[in-house]
Amino acid sequence: MREPNGTPRIGVYVCHCGTNIASTVDVAAVRDAAESLPGVVLSRDYKYMCSDPGQELIKHDIAEFGLERVVVASCSPCLHEETFRGAVGEGGINPYFFQMVNIREHDSWVHRDIAAATAKANDLIRAAVRRVRFHEPLEPRRVPIDPRVMVVGGGIAGIHAALTLANAGKQVYLVEREPSIGGHMAMFDKTFPTLDCAACILTPKMTQVRAHPNIQIMTMSEVEEVSGFVGDYRVRVKHHPRFVIEDACVGCLECIDACVFRNGKTPDEFNLGLSKRKPIYIPFPQAVPQVVVIDPEACIEFRAGCRKKTCVEVCAERNAIDFQQEVTYDEVTVGAIILATGFQAFEASRLPQYGYGRLDAVYTALEVERLVNASGPTEGSIVLRDGSTPTSIGIIHCIGSRDKNTNEYCSRVCCMYSLKLAHLLKEKTDAEIYEFYIDMRTPGKGFEEFYNRVEEEGVHFIRGKVADVYPEAGNTGRVVLQAEDTLAGMVRKIPVDMVVLATGLEPQPDAEDVRRTFNITCGSGGFFTERHPKLAPVSTFTDGVFLAGACQGPKDIPDTVAQAGAAAAEALALIDAGHIELEPNTAFVVEERCSGCRTCVGMCPFSAISIVDGKAVINEVLCKGCGTCVAACPSGAIRQNLFEDEEIFEEILGVLTHV
Amino acid sequence: MTAKPKVAFYWLASCGGCEEAVVDLAEDLLGVADAVDIVFWPVALDSKRADVEAMEDGEILAAFVNGAVRTDEQEEMVHLLRRKARVMVAFGSCSHMGGIPGLANLWDKEAIFDRVYRTSPTTDNPDGVVPKTEYASNGHRVTLPGFHDTVRALDQVTTVDYVVPGCAPTPNIIAAAVGALLSGDLPPAGTVLAPDVALCSECDRRDTKPDDLTITEFKRPHQIIADEDTCLLAQGLLCLGPATRAGCGALCIGANMPCTGCFGPTSSVRDHGAKAAGAIASLVGADDPEEIERILSTIPDPIGTFYRYGLPHSLLVRKRQPAGATE
Repeated sequence: MREPNGTPRIGVYVCHCGTNIASTVDVAAVRDAAESLPGVVLSRDYKYMCSDPGQELIKHDIAEFGLERVVVASCSPCLHEETFRGAVGEGGINPYFFQMVNIREHDSWVHRDIAAATAKANDLIRAAVRRVRFHEPLEPRRVPIDPRVMVVGGGIAGIHAALTLANAGKQVYLVEREPSIGGHMAMFDKTFPTLDCAACILTPKMTQVRAHPNIQIMTMSEVEEVSGFVGDYRVRVKHHPRFVIEDACVGCLECIDACVFRNGKTPDEFNLGLSKRKPIYIPFPQAVPQVVVIDPEACIEFRAGCRKKTCVEVCAERNAIDFQQEVTYDEVTVGAIILATGFQAFEASRLPQYGYGRLDAVYTALEVERLVNASGPTEGSIVLRDGSTPTSIGIIHCIGSRDKNTNEYCSRVCCMYSLKLAHLLKEKTDAEIYEFYIDMRTPGKGFEEFYNRVEEEGVHFIRGKVADVYPEAGNTGRVVLQAEDTLAGMVRKIPVDMVVLATGLEPQPDAEDVRRTFNITCGSGGFFTERHPKLAPVSTFTDGVFLAGACQGPKDIPDTVAQAGAAAAEALALIDAGHIELEPNTAFVVEERCSGCRTCVGMCPFSAISIVDGKAVINEVLCKGCGTCVAACPSGAIRQNLFEDEEIFEEILGVLTHV
Repeated sequence: MTAKPKVAFYWLASCGGCEEAVVDLAEDLLGVADAVDIVFWPVALDSKRADVEAMEDGEILAAFVNGAVRTDEQEEMVHLLRRKARVMVAFGSCSHMGGIPGLANLWDKEAIFDRVYRTSPTTDNPDGVVPKTEYASNGHRVTLPGFHDTVRALDQVTTVDYVVPGCAPTPNIIAAAVGALLSGDLPPAGTVLAPDVALCSECDRRDTKPDDLTITEFKRPHQIIADEDTCLLAQGLLCLGPATRAGCGALCIGANMPCTGCFGPTSSVRDHGAKAAGAIASLVGADDPEEIERILSTIPDPIGTFYRYGLPHSLLVRKRQPAGATE
C-alpha cells in the first residue's frame, strides 16, 4: 500500500441541512468526534454547507489553516459533490482532495434513534477522513468535440431542432426514412386549439430546411450503426434507392403524368390508403425535397421490364431517373445526436369491437385528418367510403390509451384533436356529432376555452367508454355506438353514419432497434427514457444523445417544438464548448501488469475495453467509471481514480473501527 | 574457500517437493555449490540446530525456507534463521502463502487431532491417545513441538525479504533468484522473484480465448480430452492463469493441465482466491439464479480450488474460531 501523502491537514464540515440532519444527528457531537481523528486539524458544523457562506467557510479555512484535504458530511454527492469540489478548487487545492459523506439520505432521513444515527455519522466520517488522505490530485479529462450534429427523424421535432442548430451556424445532418420530411404534422389539416393550418405553418419550415446551407437532408435513409462516443460519434447511414437522382430532378412532376399507369393503383401512404398513387409519385405537393420517387414494387420496369419507359423519355436531358440505383452507405462524424423519431398511431384493428377495417363507416382520426384536408383524397369534402356525406358522427376517445389491455398511459393529444375534428367536421357537414370520452383532458393554453367553444357549437358530449360498434339493423349503412353514459346513468345506443376512432400514440414499431443502435433506454411503454424526468428531460443516459418530440412520450406540437428547441440548445451547449470535460474517476490499465487475459473485455457494460497488442486498452471517453473491470481484473492490473484499493480499504477500516 | 557466502536451506510444514526442486537444478546445482557454502540443509547434510545457533548473527547470506509454519519448533527455527541470515527467502508456495498445509485452517487443532488420531477409518487407537507436548515414560521426559490451531505463511511469522514462488519453484525461477542473490543485484525487499504479471502473458494459448467467453459447465481435467492449442478456460476447464503470477512458463498448461495458482497473485492483488473466484464467476453464462447455482455447483471444492495455495495469506486467514479461542 502507498503511504498517504505525508500527513495531510484535514478539515471536516458537518452540515445541519436546516433540521434535515440536525434533528436526528447530534451535529455538535459529530463535529467534536471528527476533531479528534488523526490528521483532522479543524472541524466545524454549519447550518447549510451548500450555501454561499458555507462554501466560503471552506475556501477561507483552506487559506487560513492550510487545509490539504476537505471532508463535508451533508447530503448525497449526487446533489452537491460538484458544489463542494468547486469550493475546494476555488480555495486553492485540487478539487479531488475532497470526500463527501452522506449523513442525510444514508443516515438522518432513514433513522429515528438519535444516538445510533450520531454514531453512524461518526463512522461514516471516520471512513472518509481515512480515505481522503490517499486522494491523488486529478484533472478532469478534456476531449475535443465535433461541431456537427445529426438529427434523426424529419418530423416537426427534427425540423425544428435542425433549423435551430443550423441557424446557430452548426452543420446538421437530418436523416429521414420517408421520401419527404414533414412527418405526421404534414398530414394534419388544422392544429388545436388555434386552428392554424398545419401546412401553412409547417411547410415554410420545411422550405427553410431545404434551403439552409447548413442542413444536409438525407431522405429515404436510416441510421444503420453508431460507434464512437460523445463528441465523436461515427454514424453509418443507409440510403435506400429512390431510383431518381435527387440533384437532377427539378420537381416538374411531368414524369408522373407520363407514367404508363393512367391511374394510380397503389394505396397512397400519405393519404393512409384513402386514395391511390402511381408507381412514380411525389408523397405530397409540398414534399421536401421536391423530388419524385419510384416504388419498385409497383413499377412495371422492375416487375416485367418496360419497353417504353415513358418517365425516362419525358425527363429527357435532365436524365434524373435511374433504375439501377442501389442501397448506398455514408459514414458521417458528429459530436451530438438528436433523436426525433416520433410515434406511430395505435393500430385500431387491434380492438375489433370498434369495427375498424370491418365496417366502412369507421375511420381513424388520422384518416379523418386527411379527409378534412383540402389537399387530401377528397379535397376536403367529407365523403365516406360509400360516397355519402355523414349527417351524424360519433367520435370515440382513448382508443389504445388508458386501457390496461393496450396502453395504460394517456396519449395526451387525443381529447384535443378530437375536439378539433369535431369542430372541423361540424363546420364541413353540420352533422350531429357525439363525443364519447372517459375524462375530458384539456390542460393547456387555450385548451379549455376550445372545449367550451366546441360545446357551444352543439357537439354532444357523452361521458362513457363505447363498448361496441355494430351495424344498424335494416342495412341502413349506419352503425350503432353502444356506451354507458356514466353521467346519465343509462346505456345509450346512438346510430351514426361515421365513427372516428381517436387512436392513441405508440412508440415507433422499431423503437427497440433504435434504442439499441443509439445505446439509450426505453421505459415500460417503449418510449425513450430521458435522463431525468424533471431536470434532464431531453438528455439520455448516453452522453451527447438527446431526445425531441413524441419518441420520448406522447405530446402535442407546441410541446414537441419546445422540446426540440431544448434538445437543440443542449446539443449547442455541448458542442459550443469545443471540448467535453469528463469526470476523471475512470479506470485505467497499468500496462506492464496486464496479461491480456481478456476477463475485462466482456465485463464492460460500455464496450470501452479492447485488446491491443495483447494488452487491455480502456477508451477513457467511453469509460463511465463503474468499476466493474477494476473488480474483475484477476491480476489487479486495472485501477480506478478515486477508487484505488487503499482508498477503499481505508474506508472500510474506518467504518469498522468502532465495531 | 572461506570467502564463499553461506546459505541455509530449511523445511517447515512441507511435502519435500521444494527440496526436490533444488535438486532439480541438476548440473546447475553444482554451480551453486561452487559459488556458496551450504552450511545448513537438514534434508541433505548432517548439520544440527546447534550448529546454526553457534553462528554469528547475520553470518549466513541467505536462508531459503520452505513450508508453512504450524508448530512451535518451526516457529523457533524461523526466528533462529532470521537472526542468523541477512536475507530471508520464502521458498515455495507454503512459505509464501501457507500452501496446501494452509487448508488445515478450515479446521483447528482439536478437529484435526480428532480426525487424524481418533475417527479416520484407518485409525486403530482404542485409548484415544493424541500427541502431547510433554510425556513422561520410564522416568524420561519426552517432548513434542506444540501444534498450532492456525497455519501461517513465513511472512506472518517473521520478516521475509524475498519470495521464490511455486509449488514447487521451477528451476528457472530458482536459478534466477540465486543468481540475483549472488550478484547482489536485488529488487526492493519484499519482492516476489517472478514477473509481476499474470500467467496469460506467457501462455501460448492466450489469443485463442474469446472476448465474450461464457461457461455453462465447468469441467474437470479427467472429464474431457482437452484440445492442446485452445485456451483451457475456453474449454470449460478451471484455469487460474488469469489470476496467477507468471514465471513458470505455463508448464502445466504445456502439459494440457490447467493452472492451479501456485505462484500466487500479482503484487496488486490482496486476496488471490477472491480475485480468481471473481474472474471465474464473471464467465458464468446465465442470469437466472437457479441456473447460476447449477453452473457454480460444477465447481466441486471452491475453497480447495481458489485458495489451494493461499488460505492463510487470504483476507480471511482461516475459518472463524469460536469467541475466546486462543492460538
